[in-house]
Parts: sequence; structure tokens; C-alpha cells
Amino acid sequence: MKAIVLAPVDLALAALLIVALAGLSRRMRLGIEGQLLSSAARSTIQLLLIGLVLKVLFDNAHLAWVALMAGVMIGVAGREVMVRQKLRFLGWWGFGLGSLAMFVSSFTVTVLALVLVIGSHPWYAPQYAIPLLGMILGNTMNGISLALDRLTQEALQKRQIIETRLALGQPCRQAISDSRREAIRVGLIPIINAMAAAGIVSLPGMMTGQILAGTPPVEAVKYQILVMFLIAGGTGFGTVVAVSLAARRLFDERQRLRIDRLRQPGS
Amino acid sequence: MAALRLRQFVTRHVGPIELAVAGGECVCIEGASGSGKTLLLRAIADLDPCRGEASLDGTSCASVPPPLWRRSVALVAAESQWWSERVGDHFEHGLDPVWLEQLALPVASLDWEVGRCSTGERQRLALLRSLMLGPAALLLDEPTASLDQDTTRRVEALLDDYRRQRQAAVLWVSHDAGQIGRVAQRRFILRDGRLEEGGSA
Repeated sequence: MKAIVLAPVDLALAALLIVALAGLSRRMRLGIEGQLLSSAARSTIQLLLIGLVLKVLFDNAHLAWVALMAGVMIGVAGREVMVRQKLRFLGWWGFGLGSLAMFVSSFTVTVLALVLVIGSHPWYAPQYAIPLLGMILGNTMNGISLALDRLTQEALQKRQIIETRLALGQPCRQAISDSRREAIRVGLIPIINAMAAAGIVSLPGMMTGQILAGTPPVEAVKYQILVMFLIAGGTGFGTVVAVSLAARRLFDERQRLRIDRLRQPGS
Repeated sequence: MAALRLRQFVTRHVGPIELAVAGGECVCIEGASGSGKTLLLRAIADLDPCRGEASLDGTSCASVPPPLWRRSVALVAAESQWWSERVGDHFEHGLDPVWLEQLALPVASLDWEVGRCSTGERQRLALLRSLMLGPAALLLDEPTASLDQDTTRRVEALLDDYRRQRQAAVLWVSHDAGQIGRVAQRRFILRDGRLEEGGSA
């Protein structure tokens, strides 16, 4: 089976949908037509650019280039995690916490999958490495930002409870254990739900894309299962690492709860 | 004889403070709202950053792991906090039934739901929760604020027993002049971040 190549006209037809929606928004005074059009334009430009970058990368499959690309992706994801927090850690921790956790989990999981499962040649072959890392990173980023957000909110709200537990001689690990557990749970719920609903309620995007591009369904399904597991692993370990680091950072060397290490953006 | 000693002790809005509470002694601190009484107690329990030195029996706070320090210098906050549903879950080391009876609480109170206890019941239970750690020094932040007169006297009597038996150093923040007269050996007023010795009781 051969994929049907899309012509610019085909994409333009699909774009008409967006234009029509923008028209409707204007008519109903929803006030989102501007955002809608600009984000549609952004996604077009960004995707075209990344297509070009990937094309260049595929033609020059050097480890250094792949590593650079991976580094940029992790950096951007780390920034995204920080931007989504209602309360951020001061200084480098705000950015470093999420990035480090994603580096540890997404990177390791991707490399493991490339070397042990897929066995591509060379192992860093960008056709496999970049899309895999991208998918794992995207989900891990979601999990980590949800979990960190919950942890810092909990610490703020349950400040008195945590300090009472400290005053009763509990080590800080134990004093914040309930909030830490809750935060990790929140970070993992999306991927657990996604796995449970996959195939019945939703056809995952990656699989759909592969099928549209001409891959036999059963092959696409196998890759989807692999990706699901990798995503779950990456998200889970990444969330645990991020929440554990953050939970430690909320206390100082004398195990005092230091809410003053958090700030609200814009204040 | 456990003595609690503060030297050049400074925390947010409070200090420098020099204070020594001998083992078996009860010292009361009063002061207007916002004068920093709670901040002072929190800093002594090492819950807030502070400068200077706090020591118990000559052992300085900084040389002891924080959980250990907080178990021997126990802060009982004005508002009791609970993290589990059942009262009994908060008592890792059990609870002395004699103490319960002394505070007019039934033994069954360990099986109560925290949410159904009155503020006064919670306050008494929180005090016992800290006493069960066997602290050598007690930092009490208005321990009888939401209690009626009869229960207030019971709490005072229990704390008096504890102080005598264990020779514990007690630092007691109170607004009630009558109470200070009953329990304190020495009294101070916290004003502009300094302790001023009040009349001897």
C-alpha cells in the first residue's frame, strides 16, 4: 500500500475549516478568532520548519547533530514545564528541576528503546530517535508539570499541617509524604487513562498517522504499544524524580519548610 | 534538669533575645497581637530561620538533627492540625489513658473522627500528642485558647504535673493574666522584638 501524497491544495482545503471556524467565532462574538488563526499559522510554520530540520538531520545522521536536536527539545520542554507552574521555584531550580527529571527519564527510556528494542543502525538513527524522544518527552512534560503544580499547591495549602508534623519530630520526607504521593498520582493519571482507553475510545495519533501514511495496521499497532509503554515508563519515572527533587527542595538543610523558595510568576 | 537557653537569638521581627528557662521552670510570655510571640516559639523549634544560639542542656540546636531537636523541644501550635481521618492515627507512640482522663476525654476518643471533634477537644488531643514524645522543653502557644474554665484548669494541672515530674522547661505564651499568675514562675512581655521582664508572679 502506498501513501497518498498530499498536495498543497489538499492542505488549503483543510485550512478552509479553520477560516470557517474563525468566521463563526466572529459572528458569535466569541473573540477567539485572532488566537485561532495565529495558532493555526504558528503550527503550520513550526511544523514546516521542523520538517525541513528533520530532512536535513536525516541526511546527516551524525550523533552530534542528533544530540544537539535532543538537547534543544529537552530545553524547550523544561521551559514549558516551568511556564505552566502557578508557583515556581526561585532561580535555576524553576527551570532545572523539570529539565533534569526529563533528561533522566525521557533520555534513558529513549536510548534503552533504541538500543534494546528497536535495534536501529546506527542506534541514534534520527528517523527513530527524534520522533520517539519527541513523543516520550511531550507526555513526560505533561506529567511532570501537572505533578509539580500539585506538589507546590499542596505545600502552600497544607503548610500548617506539614509544619505540625515537623514539630512532632517527623523527618521532612515523612511530613510531606501525603502531598508527594498525591502529586505523583496526579502526574500519572493522564497516561494511565490513555492506556486504558487506547483503541476503544481513541485511536492514538501516532498509530493513525502511520496507518494514513501506508503502514499495515498490525505493524502500526505494535509500534503504538511500544510507544505507550515507553511513554508510561518515561512519564512515571520522570514524575517520581521531579516530585522527589522538588519535595526535597521545599525544605532547607535544617528541614524547615521553605515556602519562600516559591514565587508566583509576575510577582 | 533540662535548661532551655537562648543567646543572641534573632528571627524575623524578633530579637536579639537572651533567655534561660531552667528545668522544672515555667516562664510566660505575653505581648500584643503581632508582637512576634508565635514567631519566637517557631524559631526556637527550628521551624523558621534564625541566628544566634538555642541550646538544651548545653547542646546547641545546630548540632542536633532537626527531628531530634523538635522532639525534645516540642512546639504546640495555637491551632491544632491533623492529617489523618482518625484521631488515633496521629499517636504513633500510643496515648496514656491517665492523661486522657485528666483532660476529661474518654479513652474512646482515639477512635473518633478528627472532623467530628470540637475545637477544644482537638486542642487538648494535640497537646497530648506532643506530650507523648516526652519532650524536655515545651513551647506552648496559647494551649487553652478555646477551652472553658474547667478544662483550662485541668490542662494547667496536667502541664504542672508534667513539668514537675520530668523537670521540663516550659515556655508558655498566654493572653490571660489570671492564667499567667497561676502557672508562671517568671513572666516577660514581648515588645518591639525584645523581652522585658514583667513583675514576678
